Amino acid sequence: MVEIYNGGLPVEEIFSKWYKLKWGGMLLNFVGIVRDDGGINGLSFDIYEPMLNEWFKKWEDRVLMAHSKGNVYVGETSFMCAVYSKHREFKLIEEFVEDFKANAPIWKYDLIDDKRIFADDRAKKLPNAGILV
Amino acid sequence: MLIKFLGPISRDDLEVEVNSSEELKEVIKQNISDEWLEKIAVAVNDKIVSNLDDIKDGDVISLLPPVCGG
Repeated sequence: MVEIYNGGLPVEEIFSKWYKLKWGGMLLNFVGIVRDDGGINGLSFDIYEPMLNEWFKKWEDRVLMAHSKGNVYVGETSFMCAVYSKHREFKLIEEFVEDFKANAPIWKYDLIDDKRIFADDRAKKLPNAGILV
Repeated sequence: MLIKFLGPISRDDLEVEVNSSEELKEVIKQNISDEWLEKIAVAVNDKIVSNLDDIKDGDVISLLPPVCGG
């Protein structure tokens, strides 16, 4: 199951929890930090959790994931994922993040003076979008 | 039937009684702006569908705009 937090992620707490899980080999951690870009003071997220958890099932034996909902300010972290395996497996994290970007039911907004503006230009249509036309 | 308008569509859930997929489409069209129509995907009971042919009473219809996590 995806770990969902209100606001910025407690990165160190999450990573130390993941690090202590019992496996051996490799743990490759990706941390997505909100950058100061285009006049925003942060990002904000909506998540549809039932479908997010359903989507994540195919990954959960190999990947850990945490994501924020609500407002996350510049310099805070909104997304973490980690791949674990016995040996090096760098490609898997890329494959996971690509699938995440294309299919995870999460909506991003820019925060400008704390006002939410849907990040339309960065959003991807889901499969079968447009059947209502 | 319950319609959920997810993410930036930003409307409250709507309970409706419809008898066909055509009626459902009409109700949806009355409740969202045209610009969303070609962008949104539809899930029936949390599974994305490619048509609305098999909808039935009690289904939950979710409208999903383009996504962007991370």
